[in-house]
Amino acid sequence: MQASKSGLSLVGRLCRASAVPKQAGQRRKIHTSRATRDAAAGPVAAAMITPELANYSGKTEKLNLFMSINNAMSIALEKDPKAVVFGEDVAFGGVFRAAIGLREKFGKDRVFNTPLCEQGIAAFAIGMAAVGATPIAEIQFADYIFPAFDQIVNEAAKYRYRSGGEFNVGGLTFRSPYGAVGHGGHYHSQSPEAYFCHTPGLKVVVPSGPTEAKGLLLASIRDPNPVLYFEPKVMYRSAVQEVPVEDYEIPLGKARIVREGKDITMVGWGTQIHVLYRAAEMAQKELGISCELIDLRTLAPWDVDTVVASVKKTGRLLISHEAPKTVGLAAEICSTAQEKCFPYLEAPIARVCGYDTPFPLIFEKFYNPDELKNFEAIKKTVQYDFS
Amino acid sequence: MALSIRSRVLAQTVAKRRGAASMRLNRGYASAAKETLEGDKLRLEFEGAYKTHKCESPSLVAYTNKQELLDYYREMQLMRRMEVAADQMYKQKLIRGFLHLYIGQEAVASGLESVLTKEDHVITAYRDHAHMISRRCGGTVKEVLAELTGRITGCSKGKGGSMHMYKADANFWGGNGIVGAQVPVGAGLALAQKYLKTGRVSMSYMGDGAANQGQNFEAYNMAMLWKLPAIFVVENNLYGMGTSVERASAAKEFYTRGDYMPGIQVDAMDVFAVREAGKAAVKHAQTTGPILIEAVTYRYQGHSMSDPGTTYRSRDEIQKVRETRDCIEKVKGRLLRHSFATEADIAAIDKEIKVIVDEAVEFAKTSPEPPLAELWTNVYAEDVPVRGVEAALSYPGAGR
Repeated sequence: MQASKSGLSLVGRLCRASAVPKQAGQRRKIHTSRATRDAAAGPVAAAMITPELANYSGKTEKLNLFMSINNAMSIALEKDPKAVVFGEDVAFGGVFRAAIGLREKFGKDRVFNTPLCEQGIAAFAIGMAAVGATPIAEIQFADYIFPAFDQIVNEAAKYRYRSGGEFNVGGLTFRSPYGAVGHGGHYHSQSPEAYFCHTPGLKVVVPSGPTEAKGLLLASIRDPNPVLYFEPKVMYRSAVQEVPVEDYEIPLGKARIVREGKDITMVGWGTQIHVLYRAAEMAQKELGISCELIDLRTLAPWDVDTVVASVKKTGRLLISHEAPKTVGLAAEICSTAQEKCFPYLEAPIARVCGYDTPFPLIFEKFYNPDELKNFEAIKKTVQYDFS
Repeated sequence: MALSIRSRVLAQTVAKRRGAASMRLNRGYASAAKETLEGDKLRLEFEGAYKTHKCESPSLVAYTNKQELLDYYREMQLMRRMEVAADQMYKQKLIRGFLHLYIGQEAVASGLESVLTKEDHVITAYRDHAHMISRRCGGTVKEVLAELTGRITGCSKGKGGSMHMYKADANFWGGNGIVGAQVPVGAGLALAQKYLKTGRVSMSYMGDGAANQGQNFEAYNMAMLWKLPAIFVVENNLYGMGTSVERASAAKEFYTRGDYMPGIQVDAMDVFAVREAGKAAVKHAQTTGPILIEAVTYRYQGHSMSDPGTTYRSRDEIQKVRETRDCIEKVKGRLLRHSFATEADIAAIDKEIKVIVDEAVEFAKTSPEPPLAELWTNVYAEDVPVRGVEAALSYPGAGR
């Protein structure tokens, strides 16, 4: 396992995290799960800096990803009396603890369990949003979102359009853990973002760290459009950061430059930002290649201008995601980039994605677009020879 | 992972409320059977084992004999020992991912499988290991455990894992991860039987949590409309993951949820009561149409390996069921009480089972993993080149 930038091993970071003193009102100690400790190296601290908060000098608290999401929901429920949180098992805190303490704080009318029925959950949420409430509906795993697909795509996405603006479900937010977790297999690892990015009327947001997550979730909840917020589940406990305690939002539709560079632009989101960051470090160290890394944050509508400006600067583009390659979001980014930057391109645009197979169980390590695969793709792209 | 004090207090409050669920367990529901020896046959008379909805009660009397008792004992004990071994292997990190154990519920699979043949069709959800090794299905403990450890010798070549076990020659359709998805598929299997005039039935299992999925009701409607030979089984272990039935279902009498479809509720901790209900259901499905069985059972462990199973119910409740209503102990008691077998005989069976399971564990530990080519086979019927990252860019040594 690689050491973090601070020079501490993962165990060292754990020990330091657990030494956080418990003050009144502060959360209990942070812990990581065995699964994430055993997975390939965890989140990279330097990849989670939020530029919009560069000048923030207020109070912060050490939170992991699920705590920061919890914090965002708490603020949302506090400030918006019409906000409610529901889903399967959220009353006791949820299977990933993202909803912990909310029922105690806001009451059982505002934080409640639904039976096991995703289609029902989605439709129920749409109905509430239609009359002006702010429902925050959880789909326990993104893999289970498909019974709700019709409601989300045919109802939620089209509400405003089909009524000519008379009705809308803008207050609606779906939250769902997505992505590879090391052992999830077919139905606990999927990345379904492409299906929803393909539906006009929906917004899709994916955070890549605790500070990002809180700001993006608050923005998503308050955005006057239905938003699907996919949370990288593998980082729920392992991504730890000093998060501002205030209420703050990160604008939707705006990408984040994680790392500046001049030789190649890399685009990703969620967990993949950390994978790409490590690949960038490898490329810098071993080949002297300077990589610019962009975190899209919002996948639909995605920040075309930031990516295009970057590609025009570097002349090379690499996009990486866990979802299968064919018709994944990388295809859309690739196509738009070549359309707008054709004369600037020095090499074909690279896509480092999951294979076109169902998400495998035992083969996950081969399937994942890890830093080694990305490093090779960076090398191939930068060393591309026209002749 | 220690729970904070607040979580523990919360758990105790929750557990007190769960007392309601355990009241259900005790409410004469837990049937008692009157046992009378008639020569070499044991006559069982069930009191309060069944409740019915729009149909006749299954036979309140069942006959069995020494061999049958021994066979059921052996089958259920094998299921339990296999699940316990899987539990241990998971804790040793030989099994990763998701694992949902059937411990406590053995009588449901054992009893219902015994009324079906290999030509009947069975489909269930992810708590499927026991169904694989029933006498009907004929899977081996070796292939189940090897599948759990992800080896090529597993029943799905290591590609499916715990939730995806299948056996084509026994028409066992698995093994489904998405809750509720298997029920309409089961109705489809029944339609095929009717269409092809095989005279066979399909049995679709689901849990009490899954019973609230919308697609089930679509399946019930079609099954009833077209009078399909379908048996729908709700394995009601009183908790959908961590949510008790009281808090998830407006109608807790699952056997009535088919509405226009007849239903039988059975105390599924007695394998013979389950068998009789199964017999009645098969007859009904073959002659009249679909029927629903609600098998009231109990699981001792949590929902899966990441659930301790004690935050939403009290340890007393679990202990009480284990001590007074355990399905394997019930059969063992009948063997001993009526001198069909001695403690030594039963110990011999247990020993035999231990050997089988130990060998299977060793097999699961030492079998080879599937070759990398399995990653991209069986995606389509034909071999297509799999787009993605070229093998040369992949993990060093991969694909070569």
